[in-house]
Amino acid sequence: MKIKIGAGILAFFALVAIFGPLFIGADPAATSDAGLQPPSAEHWLGTTQTGQDVLVQLVYGARVSLGVGVLSAVIATVLAVAVGLVGGYIGGAVDEVLSVLTNIFLVLPALPLIIVLAGYLPQRGVTSVAVVIAVTGWAWGARVLRAQTLSVRRRDFVQAARASGEGPLRIVFFEILPVLLPVIATSFLATVVSAILAEAGLSFLGLADLSTVSWGSMLYFAQNGQALLIGAWWWFIPPGLCIALIGTGLALVNFGIDEIANPRLRTIKVPRKARAS
Amino acid sequence: MRFLARRLGFYLLTAWAAITLNFLIPRLMPGDPVELLVARMKGNVEPAAIDAMRKAFGISDASLWQQYVDYLVNLSHGELGRSITFYPTEVSTVIADSLPWTIGLVGVATLISYLIGTALGVIMAWKRGTWLDGVLPAATFMHAVPYFWVALALVFVFGVTLQWFPVSRAYGLDVTPGFNAEFVQSVLYHAALPAITIVVASMADRILGMRNVMVTTLGEDYVVMAEAKGLTSRRVMWAYAARNAILPNITSFALSLGFVVGGSVLTEIVFSYPGIGSMLLKGVENEDFPLMQGIFLVISLAVLVANFLADLAYVVLDPRTRQESE
Repeated sequence: MKIKIGAGILAFFALVAIFGPLFIGADPAATSDAGLQPPSAEHWLGTTQTGQDVLVQLVYGARVSLGVGVLSAVIATVLAVAVGLVGGYIGGAVDEVLSVLTNIFLVLPALPLIIVLAGYLPQRGVTSVAVVIAVTGWAWGARVLRAQTLSVRRRDFVQAARASGEGPLRIVFFEILPVLLPVIATSFLATVVSAILAEAGLSFLGLADLSTVSWGSMLYFAQNGQALLIGAWWWFIPPGLCIALIGTGLALVNFGIDEIANPRLRTIKVPRKARAS
Repeated sequence: MRFLARRLGFYLLTAWAAITLNFLIPRLMPGDPVELLVARMKGNVEPAAIDAMRKAFGISDASLWQQYVDYLVNLSHGELGRSITFYPTEVSTVIADSLPWTIGLVGVATLISYLIGTALGVIMAWKRGTWLDGVLPAATFMHAVPYFWVALALVFVFGVTLQWFPVSRAYGLDVTPGFNAEFVQSVLYHAALPAITIVVASMADRILGMRNVMVTTLGEDYVVMAEAKGLTSRRVMWAYAARNAILPNITSFALSLGFVVGGSVLTEIVFSYPGIGSMLLKGVENEDFPLMQGIFLVISLAVLVANFLADLAYVVLDPRTRQESE
């Protein structure tokens, strides 16, 4: 049940990001004289200070925010798979070095590092921002995948592959990797959400590409356009709400999977008698 | 004690990595930071100023290795270069002025959030299947909310609309800084909304994490045994189950610190709180690379120290880590 709701939320936002702009047609940057209108039949989510339609911006912003999130998560996941699987399978000194590297990136605060890196970018396009976020976001996945690889490498089919003379890289990427696909998928989704959050933070600081509309840049312009003091809640509530909803969708999927693996976590009514009172 | 020694070794290594990263970033990123600055100032810079900037970045014609050694020597004297925003003030002075505000705000808020979140997680696991489960969907939602958005929402509701709390600065204009009742009161009053933001935004992770571990622990034989012996529920809940369930929770708490600090940086900016986060924004707005890098370094080291403190707590709570030395 939780998985279904969670997956539904994620699928909804994915569809909006892909097809939404086609349906809505309007230009998200188009300004009009009707500035700071509260939600109405004409503008469902009201307008910004310069008369841009908040709903149109939200739909186009989904594309950029999710796009940066997915692109960044793809890069981070490739890094995580390479570091985690290779380290976990080969072991020894290689593993020592890779896991120290992983742990270092895990402990260092990501956002300040992203901010410094983004500050040095000559041009802050969607791609360069995604790369910077990925550089700091791979460590968690690598750690999880390394632990999983350690347990898989002792299984019979891996031993058999080694006995039949397969090379280490082939074993890692063709024998172990397919078994770990579910773990990789979960870590990928988690990375998408943290990348969306990081992009929002960067844009909010004015450190991303502010000429494209993303949820983060909407919040940046809302904050700098004094949306709070004017009381224009329709301007800054929707973008943050969307980010949180995507996070909720992912968390629901994760919890659902956890509950299948560990039935005790389920929220079933426990009969009074069963608990010590 | 071997456990602590090993952790300390790892933190020293990480500190070195952060310091070296800090040295390499301006040299490895595409483009020269000085030329970047000159270009953004549209060439309105005197040659002498360009030289001074190069010096501030420690960029010279010397070999990379020599630059690295010079950088380490400067750093060991606490020199982080001069800030461009507050020229000619040293970056270390700017940081020293703002760091106490951040440590006070973020430190206290994180501690409160940890204590309340963990306690709630324990109680929710214990009372599983009652109305308390209704908190779960809310916690699931809150755990993915951006900190600065919570800050914006709280400012809007409690600052602008209801006007219960001040929405910017760390203390009122009418009080003189010093150790007197009015000043302390004003500081606490101004810190309320930013602190609530950090507590609200970071607590959900603690609740969910603690509940999940606790639920698993409650099924262990020693918990059933303790119940069978007729111990009071309170004793079983806190002294038997929670004490064991808290161990993995401390580890995940330590790992989440970097994230909490990142969120707090943005929270400070919403509230114009005079801490290190607002300084970071100033650095970003003014292309003040020495300031940005100094702040990154200080935040990283602070997170490492906090991680080490979490390890100390772990050692206190888990006797096994103390017996390994035999």
